[in-house]
Amino acid sequence: MFKLPEPNQIFLITSKAPKYVLILFVIVLSIGLLEALILSPEDYKQGHSVRIMYVHVPAAWISLGIFSAMTFLSLSGYIFKNKNFFLIAKSLAPSGLVFNIIALVTGSIWGKPTWGTWWAWDSRVTSMLILALFYIMYLIAWRIYEDKDYVLKITTIITVLGIVNVPIIKYSVDWWNTLHQPASINILSKSAIHISMLFPLLIMTAAFALFSLLIFLMKYNTELIKIKNKGLDRL
Amino acid sequence: MINEIINMNGYGIYVWSSFAFTLFSFISLYVITKIQYVKERNKFLIKFGALNSERAKVAKSQTINKEILSSPQNI
Repeated sequence: MFKLPEPNQIFLITSKAPKYVLILFVIVLSIGLLEALILSPEDYKQGHSVRIMYVHVPAAWISLGIFSAMTFLSLSGYIFKNKNFFLIAKSLAPSGLVFNIIALVTGSIWGKPTWGTWWAWDSRVTSMLILALFYIMYLIAWRIYEDKDYVLKITTIITVLGIVNVPIIKYSVDWWNTLHQPASINILSKSAIHISMLFPLLIMTAAFALFSLLIFLMKYNTELIKIKNKGLDRL
Repeated sequence: MINEIINMNGYGIYVWSSFAFTLFSFISLYVITKIQYVKERNKFLIKFGALNSERAKVAKSQTINKEILSSPQNI
């Protein structure tokens, strides 16, 4: 049907790409920080605390996106019988977990001035915490299991179980009465956020996406070298 | 002006700590990932150096090995 690229071909690109991605990330992040911290207006209700949104929301979006991609890749690995998909999923996981933690911590900091508490067992917050636990289980599984086929099976099961939680996170603010505000940005209908706030939010999202790409590339290269190290042992 | 940016009408502590935590997480993840990369690459170089000439020739014929050897500062 179609030929999937070999790790040899992928490595030719991934070994050279990180330095360019790092430069681009620093440029986009600098613009994003300037917009988020200085140029964007304060909210009429939340005041300057709204600026936390520029790190909290992109981090949450990207952690959800990465987990969805990991599930898709793990299942594709089984369908196409290609271990490279599992390697890509494994390389994405660390940045996904860090973004999840950033979303939880910045959400907690934002909760204090807006809700009056650092933590609430709110449905959105709790479901994000559960996602972090799935990320941790996934990464631990790669560390503790020696049998390669078994670890591929276990990590795929973890992602499939964890993906059930993703729509719960998305719709938790609609399904239950929560402290968390409903979504302000809708792809299909008009967004409730003003362009002066949407612009820095999108710039920061682009910066965060570039950072996750950078970490993915570095991690993927490390994993390939690890495999090559085992190959040298067998020579 | 500077005071206004720092204080943010009393919200400064929340805003700056959120951004500081995010940047700290970024730097930590980058450094950890970089250390892991350098460690694996150094291990590869030591193992490659220990190969006899015949085995080194076989190993060098593989694209990834050539790339690892030729791009020491690629991150």
